[in-house]
Formats: sequence, C-alpha cells, structure tokens
Amino acid sequence: MSDISRIHLLHAAMVVALVICWFVLPVYHAGNLARIMVFAIYAMGYNLLFGYTGLLSLGHALFFGAGMYGLGLAMHLGGVFAGPGILAGLITALVVSGVVGFLALRTSGVAFMIVTLMFAQAGYLTVLLFGTYTRGDEGFVLPQATRALMGIDLSDAQNRYFAALILFGIVLFFIGWLVRTPFGRCLVAIRENEERARMLGYDITRHKLIAVILSGTISGLSGAAYCLLFGSAQAAFAAVPYSIFPLLYVLLGGMGTTIGPFVGTLFMFYLIDWSGGNMMVAGVVLVALALFAPTGILGEIRRRFTPWLP
Amino acid sequence: MAAVNILETKGLTKTYGGLNANYNIDFTLPRGEIHALIGPNGAGKSTFVGMLSGRIPATRGKVWFDGAEVTRLPAHKRISLGIAYTFQITSVFGKLPVRENVALAVRRILGRDREAVRAKVDGVMERVGLTEQADQLAGDLSYGHQRVLEIAMGLAQNPELFILDEPTQGLALPEVEAFMQLVKDLRGETTILLIEHNMNVVMEVSDSLTVLNNGEVLARGTPEEIRANADVQAAYLGGA
Ligand SMILES: Nc1ncnc2c1ncn2[C@@H]1O[C@H](COP(=O)(O)OP(=O)(O)O)[C@@H](O)[C@H]1O
Ligand SMILES: [Mg+2]
Repeated sequence: MSDISRIHLLHAAMVVALVICWFVLPVYHAGNLARIMVFAIYAMGYNLLFGYTGLLSLGHALFFGAGMYGLGLAMHLGGVFAGPGILAGLITALVVSGVVGFLALRTSGVAFMIVTLMFAQAGYLTVLLFGTYTRGDEGFVLPQATRALMGIDLSDAQNRYFAALILFGIVLFFIGWLVRTPFGRCLVAIRENEERARMLGYDITRHKLIAVILSGTISGLSGAAYCLLFGSAQAAFAAVPYSIFPLLYVLLGGMGTTIGPFVGTLFMFYLIDWSGGNMMVAGVVLVALALFAPTGILGEIRRRFTPWLP
Repeated sequence: MAAVNILETKGLTKTYGGLNANYNIDFTLPRGEIHALIGPNGAGKSTFVGMLSGRIPATRGKVWFDGAEVTRLPAHKRISLGIAYTFQITSVFGKLPVRENVALAVRRILGRDREAVRAKVDGVMERVGLTEQADQLAGDLSYGHQRVLEIAMGLAQNPELFILDEPTQGLALPEVEAFMQLVKDLRGETTILLIEHNMNVVMEVSDSLTVLNNGEVLARGTPEEIRANADVQAAYLGGA
C-alpha cells in the first residue's frame, strides 16, 4: 500500500473511531471529547506553523480569540445567524493573522516569539478595553436559540459532538493533504534548513506568511467553533495560557505529525482531569515525556514503527 | 535573443566594515563555458559568487544575468531565472531522505506533477550515483555523498548557470575523479562557474579561469596562460 493511501486510511479510521466513540462512551467522556476535538483543531492550526514550518509563536491565543470574538460579537451584537457568524470569525482571524504575519515575520527566532506574544497581549487588552461590548473577563453567553445551523440545534450534546467531529475531520484531511503538496513540503524544508530552501529558489517570506495565515485562520476556526458550540466567549481565551496550550498539545502529541495534535490534546485534557487539576502531577508527566519522548507521542511512534506517518 | 554572456558584472564590490572582500570586479562569463575561479583562502571567491546568486547583497556594482540586470533581485528570484548554487559548507536537509532533498529542488520547477518529479529525481540520482542511498536520511550519508547530493540538488534544477563553491573540498580521489567526469559530461548542457582549490581539477576541466587575490581580479585566461602568468605564480601557485 502506498504511503498516501495509508495516510488517508489512518485519518479515515480516526474519524470512524470518533463516530463510534459517541455511541460507546459514557456521556461525560463524550462531552469531553467534543471539547477536545475543538481544541485539537486549534492544535492542528498551531502545528502547521510550529511543527511543519518551524516557527514558534507565543501568540496564537490572538487568532483563537479573533475567531471567537469575530463570531461571538457578530452574533451577540450584530444579531447574525450562525452561518454568517462562522464566516465573520474566519475572516477576522484571517485578517488578524495576515497583519500579524506581515509584521512579525520581519523578525525570526526569539524575536518572533516575543513579537507574537506582544501582539497577543495587545489583543487580550483590547478585549478588556472594549468591555462594554465584550464584557471582558466575565464574557457573554450566546442564547441557546441562536446556536443553530440549518435548523440543527448545536447546543444539543449529540449535535454538538458531530458538528465538532465534522470540523475536526475537515481540518484533519485538509492538513493531511496540504503537508503533502509542494507547498507543504517546502514548509518542512524551511523548518529543516531555511537558507538551503531559499537557495533552491523558494520564496521563503511568502511561504511563511501563507503558513501564518493558514495557521491563524484554522486557530480562529477553532475559537469560533468553541464559541458557537459551547455558547460563550471570555477574555481568558485570548490570554497567555491559551497561547501556551497549543504548544504543549503539539509538543506532547508530536510536532509535525497530522494526528499528534489530537493525541496531545486528548492526553493533556485527561492528564489534568485525572490529576484532579493537580498541576504537580501534570508537570511531572510532562517532564517525563520531554525526557523520554522528546519528539512527542506520535514522533516516538513514527521513529520506532511507522516512518511513513505524515 | 539570448545574450552571449550569460553573466556579467561591473564594479562589483563588497565591503565588510571598511575592508573590501571584493573590489570593483568586472567579469563576463560566456554561455556554455566551464570557468574556474581560483585564488588563495580569503581572496573573496565565496563572496563573489554569493553576490551573483543574491545570497550576499552587493555594496556597489551591478550584475546581469542573461542580459537582464538582477542586482536588486532577491536570491530566490535569481535562482528561478536559472542559477543554481551549491554551498562551500555542505548544506542539505539532514533529517529528510536523500530522495526528498532532490525532489525539493525539482518540485520548484515541475510543481505538482508527481510522476514527472519522480522521473526527474530518479534520473538525477542515477546520474550522480546516489540511487542506492535514495531512502537514507541525508544527514546519515558520508561526507562525500553529502557533497554529491549538493551537486545533485543543483543539477536537478536544470540550471543555465551552475555555481559550485569548492565542490571537491574534502573528497577522496575516486570521488574527485567522478566529479570531474560529471563536469565534463555537463559541457554543452549548462554554463559552469567553479570555485576550486585542486589545480588538477581546474587544469583538466576548465576552458578558462579567473584568479582572484585580495578581492580583485589578478588575471584571467586559459589554463595554459594562467600557468605561465608570473603574477599568478607569485601570488598563488607559489612559483610552481
Ligand atoms: N560575513 C562576513 N563578515 C566579515 N568579513 C567577511 C564575511 N564574509 C567574508 N569575509 C571576509 O571577506 C574575505 C573574503 O572571504 P571569502 O569570500 O569567503 O573568501 P574565499 O571564498 O576566497 O576563501 C575574507 O577576508 C573574509 O574574512
Ligand atoms: Mg570560500
């Protein structure tokens, strides 16, 4: 079997497994899984920039927040339906990531991390500043009646689960496809040896900018989906911890792998859940992973057993 | 119409903190020629080809490629015009397979056509003798094979001008001989600008050569003329 069909099969199997999960898992865990899938979209977006392109951003909460408030405010204040709301979220994230990418890509390395962090902080403060509309830390809730798409009530647990799964599947297949295109391969080349990639005739700046925009927009999709499916927007989602989470998810799951972000998100979620929010336990496990599987769970699996993993 | 000279420079100068690494270099390279660039360490050879490929911005002066001025073009644009460049210090994608290294060079030109890319990659690897190593990681190759891979990545682009910065540095004798054969085979396919320390290679493969010393052109001529040039002997060949 060729690598490409194996990859499609793997991704399809994953989606099927998640469908089955809804029917076999207890309600509590199925609910968690819906949330995990939404955050896994965020992690996949982050992974495109960090894992594949090699650019470490500390400001992705800005893009997540842009999607969340783009949809949230359009629905809450603008009174639009969910469909246009999603579009508003995506466009907001796209524009914000375009501007941030354009400016931040003048720097690299540590400077890039700091600049993205600063932008995200500015975004967070903006949310607080316009508290009259955003209601700041407290946030706002989308009325249940508005959270419907094509007549389907997205506040219903089952509908929510499958909406999250559909979005997750779309993004998973999109990334699986993207990283195998010449464009995606070039991103990996930039990660591995930027100067060599440039001297093969690739426009590095353009590739990086597109990567930031795609990564930011996917992160924004996750933010918008969260707001729509779980019905609330809060400033905390645009704050520093939410820039760090996707980095942890991706490091844990395996940077530069298509399913690593999901695995990392799942793992981290239950790690915190099982340790009863005891960050000590979570910290110890994270350190152990960093020591024994520095390339993450999927990275380690790929190294040992399945070199074809995308 | 294609220009007679594939490459030309006028007054090309690079200054590093008041020191001229290159000073007022006027240079022409006729299409199809195999031209060697020689000179002692620190003469400014790498700086010169860096300014040709766009890797190093020129302090002053102009560069024309195929009749068009490229002085202000960024490196990737010059390369897409048909200049291939290999680094003096081996620079490959160490964590990617050999095949993918070459494919990256090919894909910029052939794009999404997987079959065409595969065929071209196979052809290039066959030509330089890397077929057996195709699935190894480039970083696991021997030093000699990594140098060969660099050359393969250049060849894969079907360049009109192929710039090689000391490709035989650190190679064993049989590898040097294979390299000389490859360059001879490329005659007629592309123009080659070769920085080379090994005088046997220079004398055997090049049509003409330029000697750089202290950032300036000291002499230019056929291998025989350069061999007989007293200045060159004093500066570089050590009176041999
Ligand atoms: N980035 C740089 N900064 C300062 N000086 C440099 C730099 N690159 C090269 N030089 C100097 O320029 C001169 C020419 O270097 P180079 O072009 O590498 O010579 P060659 O390739 O002929 O050995 C040397 O004296 C070198 O020290
Ligand atoms: Mg040099």
